[in-house]
Amino acid sequence: MANKVIYAVYDDPEVLKGAARKLVSAGVKVRDVFSPFPVHGLDPIIGVKRTRLGIVAFMFGITGTSLALLGMYYMMIYDWPMNIGGKPNDFFYQNLPAFIPVTFEFTILCACHGMAITYLIRNKTLPGMPARNPDPRSTDDKFIMEVRTEDNHGRSADDIAGLLRETPVFEINERQC
Amino acid sequence: MNFTLTSRARTLCMALMVLGLALAGFGFINDHTDHHQNFWAALFINGFYFFGVGLGALFFYALQNATETSWSVLVKRVYEGIFSYLPIGAAVIVLVLAAGSAGLHHVWSWMDPAVVTEGSDVYDPIVAYKMPFLNKGFYWLRTVAYIATFLFGAMWFRKQSLALDNETGETLVKHHLLVYRRSALFLVFFAVFSSTLSWDWIMSIDVHWFSTLFGWYVFAGMWVSAMITGVVLVIYLKGKGYLPQVNNSHIHDMGKWVFAISFLWTYLYFSQFMLYWYSNIPEEVIYFKARIDHHPMLMWGMFFINFAVPMLLLMSRDAKRNPRFLIGVGAVIFIGHWLDLCQMVLPGALGDHFEHIGALEIGLFLTFLGLFILTVLNTLTKAPLTPVNHPYLDESVHHHI
Repeated sequence: MANKVIYAVYDDPEVLKGAARKLVSAGVKVRDVFSPFPVHGLDPIIGVKRTRLGIVAFMFGITGTSLALLGMYYMMIYDWPMNIGGKPNDFFYQNLPAFIPVTFEFTILCACHGMAITYLIRNKTLPGMPARNPDPRSTDDKFIMEVRTEDNHGRSADDIAGLLRETPVFEINERQC
Repeated sequence: MNFTLTSRARTLCMALMVLGLALAGFGFINDHTDHHQNFWAALFINGFYFFGVGLGALFFYALQNATETSWSVLVKRVYEGIFSYLPIGAAVIVLVLAAGSAGLHHVWSWMDPAVVTEGSDVYDPIVAYKMPFLNKGFYWLRTVAYIATFLFGAMWFRKQSLALDNETGETLVKHHLLVYRRSALFLVFFAVFSSTLSWDWIMSIDVHWFSTLFGWYVFAGMWVSAMITGVVLVIYLKGKGYLPQVNNSHIHDMGKWVFAISFLWTYLYFSQFMLYWYSNIPEEVIYFKARIDHHPMLMWGMFFINFAVPMLLLMSRDAKRNPRFLIGVGAVIFIGHWLDLCQMVLPGALGDHFEHIGALEIGLFLTFLGLFILTVLNTLTKAPLTPVNHPYLDESVHHHI
């Protein structure tokens, strides 16, 4: 049996949440939802795992902190000790307060850029990448739920479509995949 | 549902106060500073610290109204409870200032008329130059203005909040919008007064020194302490079965405030420190020199507690959602900000006589802590803990992040 993918289109996020809840409680696995904006509270319903972006941000941030401190140690203390306003420059710690603002900024720079780029790569939405959403209306005013038969063994596409039709759905599209 | 103060909680608070008073009495007998300066300084520290907690809560409360924030509506009674302590805190501050004005102690050395009398032994031209601002008449006028504004604000907000409970529909919304506008107005006064009161009450102890940033730094410290008190109280009440609608998301948000304002404090403290350290101008570094040379443990220790502890321990989401953990870390930071106030006041007030924080400071801290908890819990018994009516109540109940 060929695998099928079903796109159920809704025109309201709350209606979609209700429908997703109904489907999941009936044992159907929802693959994904495409929406013009983040739908609050949807993730736990369809079982999306908590994002690890926070951990990534911390990693990038700590990298920035280390690079900034290491760089300033090398430039200002080790390689060419700089005399600025007679501040002691024999040891790193003596000059640490002066390095804090740069370290702070560099930490933020690395954390933000790293986080944004990771996010775009992970979502496959870097500029120039082909769009993956099944229906352009999901960038306008429609909310689209994707259900695949390969995720739901023991259920035919008609079965799932039947369940979907019991919810206030706007339209249902089936495709071979 | 109203909160009932159990006799056990009351006894514990009383015990805390008795223990504190005994410790403070012991400290008082062993205090050999001139005019019992140490006693007055310790009384001021603890009077101001808990006044600051109340003031931080009042500010936060007004901020929630002025920004029409919905999630915090469920816990607004807790903040009303905290700022109900303001009159007691204000009374302690006025008592210490009045004693200083009357010459009973010299915590504020400029209050001594001889300091600004030309030709006297202790004449100080720097202080004399500051006379147009730092004279007793204008000083008391300002002090009365601050306290009157804050107490009036606290009373008015509480009254409106109780009145909202009995209203519905159009009147409720209209009344809410009035509170919204008045809160914004209050914040304007608070913005100016929170800065100038720190200069008047704390910065003028080190009378030769000045810092424009000082007010925000003191204010950030008060605000963190208030946020900690708020979240700990909410967790306590929830543990006792009150506030049933408060969920994990509310606790998480309050934990975020503790985390965020700890950084505001660090940012302001470090901005003040680094600029003075860098420029190294004698009249500006005296404040830090006195502290770094003689009390490095106190100064760096409190900086470590107030910066590194929240940063390392409260960064993760799970930490902010774990009530026990939040209480533990909150208690440490709460004491950290008390130490911060000690290092602002004591080196200036006692000079060389200040060696370490002793029985007087700790004893009075315990006394006022007991009094503070008792006052706050007592206020919480007087009105339903969950507001009955508020335009955003429903939104707050369904808060989810």
